[in-house]
Amino acid sequence: MTTEQRIGQVANYVDERTGAAAWMKKNLQKVFPDHWSFLLGEVALYSFVILLLSGTYLTFWFDPSAREVIYEGSYAPLEGVQMSAAYASTLHISFEVRGGLLMRQIHHWAALIFMASIVAHLMRVFFTGAFRKPREGNWIIGIGLLTLGIVEGFLGYSLPDDLLSGTGIRIAEAIIQAIPVVGSYLSYFAFGGAFPGEAFIPRIYIVHVLLLPGAFLALITAHLMMVWYQKHTQFPGPGRTEKNVVGYPLMPVYMAKAGGFFFIVFGVTAFISAVASINPIWLYGPYTPGQVTAGSQPDWYMGWLDGLVRMAPPLETYFFGYTISWNILIPGLIVPGILFTGMALYPFIESWITGDKREHHLLDRPRNAPNRTALGAMSITFMLVALINGGNDLIATNFDLSINQIMWGTRIGIIVLPPLAFIITKRLCLSLQRADRELVLHGRETGRLLRLPHGEFVEVHEPISPEKAYLLTSHEQAPALALPDVDGRGVKRSGALRNKLRSRMSVAHSEAVPKVSADDLKEIEHH
Amino acid sequence: MKRLSRYRRHKAVGPALLIFALLGIGTTFSVASATTASEITTADRSALIEEGRQIFLKGCSSCHGINSEGGAIAPSLVGVGAASVDFQVGTGRMPMADMSTQAMRKAPLYTPEETAALAAYVASLAPGPEIPTEAQLNYERDGSLAEGGELFRTNCAMCHNFAGQGGALTQGKYAPTLMGVEPKHIYESMVTGPQSMPVFSDKTITPQEKLSIIKWIKAAEKEPNLGGASLGRVGPVTEGLLAWTLGLGLLIGVAVWLAMKAR
Repeated sequence: MTTEQRIGQVANYVDERTGAAAWMKKNLQKVFPDHWSFLLGEVALYSFVILLLSGTYLTFWFDPSAREVIYEGSYAPLEGVQMSAAYASTLHISFEVRGGLLMRQIHHWAALIFMASIVAHLMRVFFTGAFRKPREGNWIIGIGLLTLGIVEGFLGYSLPDDLLSGTGIRIAEAIIQAIPVVGSYLSYFAFGGAFPGEAFIPRIYIVHVLLLPGAFLALITAHLMMVWYQKHTQFPGPGRTEKNVVGYPLMPVYMAKAGGFFFIVFGVTAFISAVASINPIWLYGPYTPGQVTAGSQPDWYMGWLDGLVRMAPPLETYFFGYTISWNILIPGLIVPGILFTGMALYPFIESWITGDKREHHLLDRPRNAPNRTALGAMSITFMLVALINGGNDLIATNFDLSINQIMWGTRIGIIVLPPLAFIITKRLCLSLQRADRELVLHGRETGRLLRLPHGEFVEVHEPISPEKAYLLTSHEQAPALALPDVDGRGVKRSGALRNKLRSRMSVAHSEAVPKVSADDLKEIEHH
Repeated sequence: MKRLSRYRRHKAVGPALLIFALLGIGTTFSVASATTASEITTADRSALIEEGRQIFLKGCSSCHGINSEGGAIAPSLVGVGAASVDFQVGTGRMPMADMSTQAMRKAPLYTPEETAALAAYVASLAPGPEIPTEAQLNYERDGSLAEGGELFRTNCAMCHNFAGQGGALTQGKYAPTLMGVEPKHIYESMVTGPQSMPVFSDKTITPQEKLSIIKWIKAAEKEPNLGGASLGRVGPVTEGLLAWTLGLGLLIGVAVWLAMKAR
């Protein structure tokens, strides 16, 4: 019996019992489009796998307990110091467990890269309009994963109970307490009494290693199944329509690519973990509420939140014996709430503005959706200004600036710069559209100058390829919604104000440089 | 002997004994203190103070006043002590290069001898903290590493960062890095509280505890970066920067390459 026959027998055995052959044939041939930006989500997925594996390794030695112990390990500067068992066991992992420090660093670097790739993936999906129907649900799952990622990361770096993370928990406690009326009760509930208590570390441990990873697995599965079922979006181009997917089959091309990419992600993470220190908890020392260090910052994905809190003016009011700390409530809860809710609802907001209820599988080039691109740039600017203020003390010392100047700069900047970014981005998009139009109409500038018989100099333009011309003209330009104030019988319609807002926004959204039509091209050819 | 004991209950005996005891203690003290200060004679000391006064008149008096009484832009130096002069001049902070937010550490302008003369002059104005001697600064022997770490985190880390790298204060002022600072100067700064720094008197932090802090700082200075490149020992800001630039940068580079090869 040849090898092929033997494999065939095994396959047949499985197929007769599971009927897998038809399903496998269909799905292994599934086609995926190819673009580098489609791999950003994969980076997040692979980082998650790395996090699961390295995290499991760490649980073998980590002791999630606030029990007081006296350190007797090999790190001399902490010898005989009183600390929690959580901190002592993290020191043990770092200095005594074989490969422990590397594994800790892999876990932490992978977490930073995980969050960075989620944000990059989010930007790709947003700027190309991949969230439009039918993918609104998957967009919301994605926002859920981002939010969970922030919480999971925060809980993760809080576990070692070092001086820096303890300060972070203290701030989290302050944010919980800032919730009006019930805040202090919620805080007592979360900490099992007064801060810091003995209950918090064991509680966040089980949330960090069981509850949230479980939620992650469920949501990631749903996220991927929806991509599978709804098919991947693709960039426009010749032969690509709303009804097809142009690319390579899963087997063998994508199996090989994705499998190889996993190892590259693992390799890059391991490389950084081997050469660059992260979260050196032995330098921070154990957490004591009486101590704090200069330059206490959260990990980057929380940095914008820290920056918002740092720039908030000191506002507090007293109502009926209750204190409301607006300076924490607004930047710590209200602004993030508005941002994340707005982000989750954006697909619905956009479809309400445009009135577009059709399915979209072809992506937008960012310049062809100027309003959306400008909104995205505006949000990123907001986040960046907040993030910069999160590191204001380090910026002050490294660039010889005053921390007060930076605070005032970002206080003003967070209001002034985002709208400015909106206007500039929108104008840039429209300019790029104009450049596209020029390119289609007059062709590529070759740089060759020609002198005509009567002495005039002209530059020779070469027509662009039909493929390129198609790419630059295939997008649709929907007109603004026509929402008359009065109905057919001349009666004023209900919700006039809402309609007015909607049509205003629709006009802004449909603003564009008219793309080249067939008539335009004919006219040019006549010249 | 018998005659003496006859007067032992005389009413003059008490005061006489008291005077005798006081004289005895005074003589003993003057002899003892004379022996410890015997390295420099009074004449030498006067010469040193005079030399310091000359340097002071040339280099310092324009701001601090002819008699060190202070002025609109500089404080009085009466009573700041030799330790303060040794710290400020020995680390190059004084004379100031410009009247900016804070005097910064730079190469000292005066030689150690000139600094000693200046210190002697300022110390002669009124008593103040003394410069610690070599024997007082044996931190390797007298300090405790772990205790130093705890004291450092409680008293110093809030401004100077968890690893002594320095940090920002308000209005452009800053707590400088403690790396590469001489033990003597660290000790003097704790005793005198230069610029924004509070004074840590011997009652708040005992001399032995000060040595523990110095021992911990010196150990942190020498400690190798156990996890790889330290990224400045300033916490998560540089880590986040590296994750986005090197981490995601490399991965996006690979992604572009992967998507390119398929063509």
